[in-house]
Amino acid sequence: MPSATDTRTDPFITDAAHDRATLLGGWRAQRNPDLRSHLAWHGAPPLPRPGDATWPERFAATIERSGLSGRGGASFPSAVKLEQVRSARRGGSVVVNAMEGEPASAKDKVLLSYVPHLVLDGAELAACALGATQIVVCVAPEHPDIAAAVRRAVAERVPSALAPVAVEVRCPPGRYVAGEESALVSWLNGGPGAPSWRPDKRNPLMIGRGPALVHNAETLAHMALIARYGPASFRAAGAPDAPGTSLVTVSGGVDHPGVYEVALGTTLGAIVDQARPTSGVAAVLTGGFGGAWVGAGALGTPYAPAPMAAAGGVVGAGVLVVLTRRACGIAETARVAHYMAGQSTGQCGPCVFGLPAVAEDLERLAAGCDDPGATARLGRRVATVDGRGACRHPDGVARMVRSAMAVFARDAALHGAGQPCAFRDEPSVLPAILGSGKATR
Amino acid sequence: MRSVAETVIKVNPIACQAYGYCAELLPELVTLDAWGYPIVDGGPVPRHLVELARRAAKDCPRRAFLLEKARIRQAPTGD
Repeated sequence: MPSATDTRTDPFITDAAHDRATLLGGWRAQRNPDLRSHLAWHGAPPLPRPGDATWPERFAATIERSGLSGRGGASFPSAVKLEQVRSARRGGSVVVNAMEGEPASAKDKVLLSYVPHLVLDGAELAACALGATQIVVCVAPEHPDIAAAVRRAVAERVPSALAPVAVEVRCPPGRYVAGEESALVSWLNGGPGAPSWRPDKRNPLMIGRGPALVHNAETLAHMALIARYGPASFRAAGAPDAPGTSLVTVSGGVDHPGVYEVALGTTLGAIVDQARPTSGVAAVLTGGFGGAWVGAGALGTPYAPAPMAAAGGVVGAGVLVVLTRRACGIAETARVAHYMAGQSTGQCGPCVFGLPAVAEDLERLAAGCDDPGATARLGRRVATVDGRGACRHPDGVARMVRSAMAVFARDAALHGAGQPCAFRDEPSVLPAILGSGKATR
Repeated sequence: MRSVAETVIKVNPIACQAYGYCAELLPELVTLDAWGYPIVDGGPVPRHLVELARRAAKDCPRRAFLLEKARIRQAPTGD
């Protein structure tokens, strides 16, 4: 059974990625993550010359023209985020968020293992644009090999002019929610590493007394390409309102799970097909465990934030889990909800009490509970967790469960009428991490 | 589109420990979920309830019940 942990480490690359200006093209051509191979393929990053006062302005304008949006989940325009931090104060930190707590995602691990210098280029460029004094790369402690790969890459750059801003690698504990940006910054400030309540997200996060620009590893790697090859090259792939390529981790009921680089706007079905579904596709969990299920009817949808949202799906951090017809969507949803309940940081009541209740309702339903009120009660429970935490953890679960009740409505009705699912005892298509029970915090 | 300053209720979900005083003082605007945590709709507090809302904020033992001034856009009237 494929899982995120044994996701094939050699990234699968579509034709688009043979181009020079793609994330994984360099790996494909060079097959070596070291600095020499990186520079042979891409050349040196266009870092500012000392004393070039207008460089930050020009870099910001280049990113704005590219139309790059964040690849960590929220698809927020990167130029706007850069400007918010730039206007706060000079100095501060660039945080490379490669925590990747999402069990079904492997793209950050692939980037840092295969093209770490592209990510570091992006971080150095962003740091120069802000006048930042430090770069912190955050990697989950469960992946010491990834942290080691980054440290090796950092050491390669130190004697060169490619490291104007010092880079540190840190491993904040806590899995799923630890990668939420306010949680990450809390931990880097010596705090508990739990999300904070931020009614106004326009106020930049602070590390010490300086502003912090927190970007997903993929977003920074794109910046490194855009700075070299220009906004037009970035826009050559993708759609006008969703330019560029993106990394997608495909897992579940497929023969070739892995990380694929695709042009945004490619249809969902075309991406899923590349991973070779093991049998007919019934549904796809999009955007990760806090994302949304879509049915097979949505496979023709262009994979980009707006059309996916219109089809009830989520691009988010680029996660697709394929469910074939030989699986129970309700049972899988119950497993995801159970895992997500265990990942709460335990700060907010609605999340602490609400998520386990939602998971239990789903488990009862999958078992064929013969309770006509079960789906209605579940709907009410979901409504009481949605939007009521400090971070969006409960909202993601609410969205995922609501989508399941819509996509698997027929199954839910049958199970609610006392008929358990025929595939309930099949092994889960979800990443194996779910079988290990509650996460440690 | 005009905007007007209105009082709105915000609950700090980390601070809140489900004492429930707010729902007792202000049942018109606050309901409690199955575990006793307040649910508010985020809309403007009607003028005749602002005084009670202030008291609920003051009496919250966790200082989790907060009143804020928010600019709320008003749909244009007429044409």
